[in-house]
Amino acid sequence: MTDRTEQKPSETAKDATAENAAADIDANGRIDWHSPQMLARLRRRHAANRRMKFIGLAAILLAAGLLSILVGSLLKSGLPAFRQTFITLEFDLKPELVKPDNMRRGKWRKIVKEGLLRALPEDMRNNRKLKRKVLKIVSRSAPYALRDHVMKNPHLVGRIIPFDVLASDPYDQFNKGLLPEYVGAGERKRPNPKLGGPEVVRAFRVLKEQKRVSLPFNWGLFFNADSRLPEAAGLAGAIVGSFLTLLVTFLISFPTGILAAIYLEEFAPKNRFTDFVEININNLAAVPSVVFGLLGLSLFIGFFGVPRSTPLVGGMVLSLMTLPTIIIATRAALKAVPPSLREAALGVGASHHQMVFHHVLPVAMPGILTGAIIGMAQALGETAPLLLVGMNAFIPDISNMGITEPATALPTQIYSWADSPERGFVSRTAAAILVLLGFLLAMNTLAIWLRQRYSTKW
Amino acid sequence: MILLATLLVLAVAALGWWLARRRARQVELRAHGHRDRLHSRPVYHGLYVAIWTGVPALLLLLAWIVVQGPVLDALLLSSLPQDVVRGLDENARAVLLNEIKTRAAGNALPGQPAPYVLEAVQRLLRWRAIADMAALALSLAVALAGLAFSWRRLSPSFRARKAVERAFTWLMLLCASLAVLTTVGIVLSLIFETMRFFTMVPLSEFLFGLRWEPQIAFRPDQVASSGAFGMIPVFAGTLLISAIALGFAVPVGLLSAIYLAEFASGRFRAVAKPTLEFLAGIPTVVYGFFAILTVAPAIKRFGEALGIAAAPNSALAAGLVMGIMLIPFISSLSDDALAAVPNALREGSIGLGATRAETIRHVLLPAALPGIMAGVLLAASRAIGETMIVVMAAGIIATLTLNPFEAVTTVTVQIVTLLIGDTEFDNPKTLAAFALGFVLFLVTLALNMLSMHIVRKYREQYD
Repeated sequence: MTDRTEQKPSETAKDATAENAAADIDANGRIDWHSPQMLARLRRRHAANRRMKFIGLAAILLAAGLLSILVGSLLKSGLPAFRQTFITLEFDLKPELVKPDNMRRGKWRKIVKEGLLRALPEDMRNNRKLKRKVLKIVSRSAPYALRDHVMKNPHLVGRIIPFDVLASDPYDQFNKGLLPEYVGAGERKRPNPKLGGPEVVRAFRVLKEQKRVSLPFNWGLFFNADSRLPEAAGLAGAIVGSFLTLLVTFLISFPTGILAAIYLEEFAPKNRFTDFVEININNLAAVPSVVFGLLGLSLFIGFFGVPRSTPLVGGMVLSLMTLPTIIIATRAALKAVPPSLREAALGVGASHHQMVFHHVLPVAMPGILTGAIIGMAQALGETAPLLLVGMNAFIPDISNMGITEPATALPTQIYSWADSPERGFVSRTAAAILVLLGFLLAMNTLAIWLRQRYSTKW
Repeated sequence: MILLATLLVLAVAALGWWLARRRARQVELRAHGHRDRLHSRPVYHGLYVAIWTGVPALLLLLAWIVVQGPVLDALLLSSLPQDVVRGLDENARAVLLNEIKTRAAGNALPGQPAPYVLEAVQRLLRWRAIADMAALALSLAVALAGLAFSWRRLSPSFRARKAVERAFTWLMLLCASLAVLTTVGIVLSLIFETMRFFTMVPLSEFLFGLRWEPQIAFRPDQVASSGAFGMIPVFAGTLLISAIALGFAVPVGLLSAIYLAEFASGRFRAVAKPTLEFLAGIPTVVYGFFAILTVAPAIKRFGEALGIAAAPNSALAAGLVMGIMLIPFISSLSDDALAAVPNALREGSIGLGATRAETIRHVLLPAALPGIMAGVLLAASRAIGETMIVVMAAGIIATLTLNPFEAVTTVTVQIVTLLIGDTEFDNPKTLAAFALGFVLFLVTLALNMLSMHIVRKYREQYD
């Protein structure tokens, strides 16, 4: 389609030259602007113009449509994960099951199972089949959650306490209407095996009728550590890991980038070395990120012995990647400071260094910060180099995080979850992406705000 | 201990800064209005002393950190009984050293240690204590010596500002060189590991081999135990996916740029530009997930509708999503190129009666072509180096095919899959990743250089 329309104007041009000699020019050499041929040609040219405009608009709308499909599919599969199904049950903390002197060895699974059965009517409670499978309703993490709660509050032992437990992933999805009760169609229609059988589904319905099933906002998504169970997995480890990594990146690349840019813009003599440095910086900005990962792996980890998988090594690699961004932004900001300011400073007796550090740099700071934030936003989304330096560790416990401890980051967490076979992780992954995009949006908004708030028109 | 030494050095430097500044201030006050005024402001006196106090001592500590480990290792090895060490090769020595260090850190290991190991643990702990004390004492001595030296040089006429500014210039030069050092680091580390790779696999096999099967045998008699390292199919896969991506992104991106630059109203531009920039800011891992969540199933259904069996991780899915990622990139570079064409050309053409479309085709595009070409080359370099989309959406098995419905693998996919979870650089499998990385680096470097060359050569043609 593009081909045809791009051909059209050249055909018209050819036509025009051919016809010029014949119809349009009368005996006196005057052009007849209203001859039928001329009018037809004009119509054709205007049609070609409209076609080109239309194709351009179509291209933009295609790009916009793809963007909305992207965002739409992420929202559709991610938004449900922002709410989580909980089941409120009463648990009988009998001392013989809890084992108060060593609660880690208590029969917590049994307590949870009894708690589930207590809530069900008599006939269901005695159903053997159901008894075996009733635990399918709650998360496998529920016994541990109950145990931790009781260990924190030992005075509860011996009482019957109400407690909210997580529903298992299939029942979470079922409750949100994302998992069908039956699979297959027609003859081959059968109960969904993921739900554990019709009697378990019936039991869940009973719990729902008793208003024990709730669907509150999923704070666990932000405050839980990673888990193999989709319903219990959260982003806390990834968020802290990303924060530590970005901290290292910022501490290295921000001062280094600014000083390098000041040197190149204000002090460097025009010579071969300076040219070489500039070409290098431009090239580094376009080196594939995975190559930086290789550098980190062989130089930082292999040669310098920086501990693997840590925010320290991840931040070092990312700082090399953000350096060009910060240098380029800083140079642009320094260039934008008017010469009158410099000359005034020099005129009252400041040295070159004083002029740059006392007068030019503060004025250029908003621009530099904007560039730095954009660089940090890029670093936040960077995945491949972090994978290569091993920053996709499984961190089920976030109490022990530091820049020299193994960690994971938001984008690598997204990659790990996207790789998990459990169905519940699809929704979690999309939700994690929405969280990441939220952070990026906030950082970019901050950058734009800084630029508009503090930019000076000279 | 090193941390304590660092803090102490910094404290001494801060003290030096404060003392020197105070003394200079007093001189300044006394000399107020006299001829023998200070040459430099008091703060420069302080900074001068602080630099002399802190920098040499901190450099010493840094060198100490780097050197201490290897030196202690060597001492430890030479102190072990000769008959134990002699029979061991490089790896076994490293294992032995590791055992000693683990026990020294107080961690339990299975098995009863040999008596010489226990002795070595004691020795190591003793030496470490000595080394730490020595580092502390030496760095403090260096700091104090620097303090004394710089203190004695201070005088009202001393040009402290000049000295401090010189130090700052050196610091800035060092920072600027970091960009060069990074490049040197990339090139050296890639070359080093690649050379090691080519001691195990011949260069001709890597460059011209048609099979890429980098698995390492667990048993020597296993089927396909040798592995094959021919990069042709991997590179062909990269080119196939990049070609699909560019074939989709270049027309769409270029036409969007043309519409935005020449046809769109200001209001439309104000909405469309940020939308495209938002697309450009989305991390590639998001595009990768989009590919497996939405695009790949859609392509599979599309293939079924056509009666073609499409792989779930087809080249078409990865290429299309990569194309979506490249649209804003190409569009914004083309937009810049079109905006750089002088208005005189545009107005001249329209003034002669050409329609907008004719102006674009016959005047603007030829004028902006170098810029657009440079943008397309940069986009190609990004497509070849793009990692996450293909890691998530393309295949792992290297197949030599042109069928976009089949799964192919790419250079970056192989780098990531070969290196995830593996840190031993002693087998061809991990080293192959570095060889591929080197090729990738060279190709993208060549594309970037070419693009920069085109821009520089044709940039000022109309000015």
